[in-house]
Amino acid sequence: MAKGRVSIVVERCKACGFCVEFCPTHVLALSSAFNSKGYHPPHVVHPEKCSGCDLCGMYCPDFAIAASKVASGKGGEK
Amino acid sequence: MTPDLQKADLHKDERHTADPGGVLTGIHFMDGDHACCEGALAAGSRFAAGYPITPSTEVVERFAARVPTVGGTFIQMEDELAASITLQGAVWAGAKAFTVTSGPGFSLMMEHIGYAAMTETPCVFVDVQRGGPSTGLPTLPAQADMMQARWGSHGDYEIIALCPNSPQECFDLTIKAFNLAEEYRVPVMFMMDEVVGHMTEKVVIPPADQIEVVPRKHTHKSVADYLPYGTNGDLVPEMAHAGDGYKFHVTGLTHDERGYPNMTPPVQDKLVRRLQNKILNAVDRISMFEEEQIEGADVVVISYGITSRVAQRAIEAARKKGLRVGKLRLITAWPFPDKKIRELAAKVKAFVVPELNLGQMVREVERAASGQAKTFAVSHAGGGVHNPEDILKVIVEAGR
Amino acid sequence: MTDSVNTDLVNLEVDPVVNPVEAFLRSDRMPHIWCPGCGIGTTVNSFARALIDSKVDLQTLALVSGIGCTGRVAGYVKLDSFHTTHGRAIPFATGMKLANPKLNVVVYSGDGDLSAIGGNHLIHAARRNIDLKVICVNNLIYAMTGGQSAPTTPDGSTTSTNPYGVFEPSFNLPHLVEAAGAVYVARWTTFHVRQLARAMAEAFQKKGFSFIEVISPCPTLYQRRNKMGDGLDAMKFYKEKSKVRHGAPTSEVGLTMTGEIVVGKFVDRDRPDYQNLMGAQYTHSLGDRYVEQPPVEQEPVCS
Repeated sequence: MAKGRVSIVVERCKACGFCVEFCPTHVLALSSAFNSKGYHPPHVVHPEKCSGCDLCGMYCPDFAIAASKVASGKGGEK
Repeated sequence: MTPDLQKADLHKDERHTADPGGVLTGIHFMDGDHACCEGALAAGSRFAAGYPITPSTEVVERFAARVPTVGGTFIQMEDELAASITLQGAVWAGAKAFTVTSGPGFSLMMEHIGYAAMTETPCVFVDVQRGGPSTGLPTLPAQADMMQARWGSHGDYEIIALCPNSPQECFDLTIKAFNLAEEYRVPVMFMMDEVVGHMTEKVVIPPADQIEVVPRKHTHKSVADYLPYGTNGDLVPEMAHAGDGYKFHVTGLTHDERGYPNMTPPVQDKLVRRLQNKILNAVDRISMFEEEQIEGADVVVISYGITSRVAQRAIEAARKKGLRVGKLRLITAWPFPDKKIRELAAKVKAFVVPELNLGQMVREVERAASGQAKTFAVSHAGGGVHNPEDILKVIVEAGR
Repeated sequence: MTDSVNTDLVNLEVDPVVNPVEAFLRSDRMPHIWCPGCGIGTTVNSFARALIDSKVDLQTLALVSGIGCTGRVAGYVKLDSFHTTHGRAIPFATGMKLANPKLNVVVYSGDGDLSAIGGNHLIHAARRNIDLKVICVNNLIYAMTGGQSAPTTPDGSTTSTNPYGVFEPSFNLPHLVEAAGAVYVARWTTFHVRQLARAMAEAFQKKGFSFIEVISPCPTLYQRRNKMGDGLDAMKFYKEKSKVRHGAPTSEVGLTMTGEIVVGKFVDRDRPDYQNLMGAQYTHSLGDRYVEQPPVEQEPVCS
């Protein structure tokens, strides 16, 4: 059972790659799908590895992703 | 004879009077610069940011001495660029604020005058005019910043400009300047000149309860309903201050009613026309004059500031010669009273416009006259005041 | 793995994670104008975290910015925010703070805005120790106007106004502001998201002139013109080249194009701030005649 989960606001993403690179457990990868601006947003490839640390959220310059610990539900990292 | 300075009056239900703490009630013998400072304090200003420049410095020197005993702040900034925007930060924090300068500093302040016009920041810029251009004549008078007061910043915007001609008016009209700034949410240019600033005369400061003061047009709307640049048809939006809880945005970029940047032609058109119309639609309420013997006049002398006092001599001499000369003193130079001049031009032979410059407000007179009357400039490059003889000569010529 | 994702499904998440930064954003203005890989948005995440962690009263927080890409932060944050003129955020903020000392005033602006056209105001506000928290996002270039040289552009870089390479020595901003009188001086990069948030939180609690420099990528101009890749390449570069040296002498933290980036908290000292000095002087000189500026009457906001 994953300790954390990630939400992605696909339409805000500009595919900079920060979240993919800096996720400590490599949960994410850029997908081959497109958002309406033509960017490839990330998607979760290893959900079981997510710790909910929210480094992805902290790095994202477009406010397009956030993670939280599963136990605390909504509201981001404690 | 005394102009009705309350003519451009408040159209508000509530009447507010001055805070006695800032009013130096009494009969004083005071120069224009000092009287201007007292006017600011009487108007409720408790913040000034300044930078020294002759012949204006005394205004803020006095403010620096007075304000710590009244409860406020003066800061001498590192340059006029800073002073002219520091005062605006103070306004958005809730203060009535002003700065004081002369030609070279006025030039430096132009960007921020435009910012005040664009963001509708109520404030007062005092320009004690001196000889120019450039460093010019630091200690000697001119009236050559009049066009700059109106057009000095880039883009389309309107301002209000007042011209006192005595230390008493430096007191009274500074209060008026602050009141107009608050009423129209506009930067007001207070166009003194070195003579008026440095002449010492009797200044009567009335009791605080006889001084009418216009308060900040602060919104009472809820956070959800408040639009920082929304208007109800009176063209002047209600204001909020930092710290009130509205979490609003102010920008010099072209913006919509939410204050959000919206750089499109329709929004630009709407905004800039409103900034213009809020002043131009109110010219009749904003304009102040001193008129004398206009009825039946052949020649009307239009003047302002110190030149109006010299012109008075010339007008009286002309009347002694049997000429029918009227006097129109501009107390409000901007917005220019187009309609009034146009109507007058139909009735008179000529206008004579003496100024301490090579022809500035005379151009406005000529434009407004639309060829219905002749317009004669009596220019003076500055550095002193006119010889009344020189004005008389032109009055006589104009009356032919 | 990297198969095509049904993005609709992702958008229709039943119970999406709430991003803590969202509460501070004008969501109606998203997406923002910053380029892909620009670091400014990343600094805003740290800013939001710092606001949450330091429990700053948001009602009395005012944010003032200048002109440039970083200047646009003011328009995107849901605070009393003022987008002023180029180089003049600091004097505007000074007026705001002095007129209402209860306000916590943050200046959020770029390296060109703060150190070139705004340089004079930067040094005087530091000298006076005005109680302002200055966040200087340094992308080493004038980005908004298309990539011209800034006083911070490192020697050897290519810009549109130095097409043959910058040959001017560049500013060492921490050194400059320390010398001018700042009481808190730190530098981080957009890689150091958590340390940056902590530094901002410290600055919010500190009285006096605080200055935090954040090295941030400009992929479109600085990175591209200097063949240094994109925003992600810049972030990896920061990770590789940064050395944390708390308390390092600021004279030693100058930046070069490809050299070490010294980060950390360099200065944390106490000096009376401008308002303290002013009050003390007036009390000393005027005694009973000194009338302190009354607090601003905040009009009650109707809900």
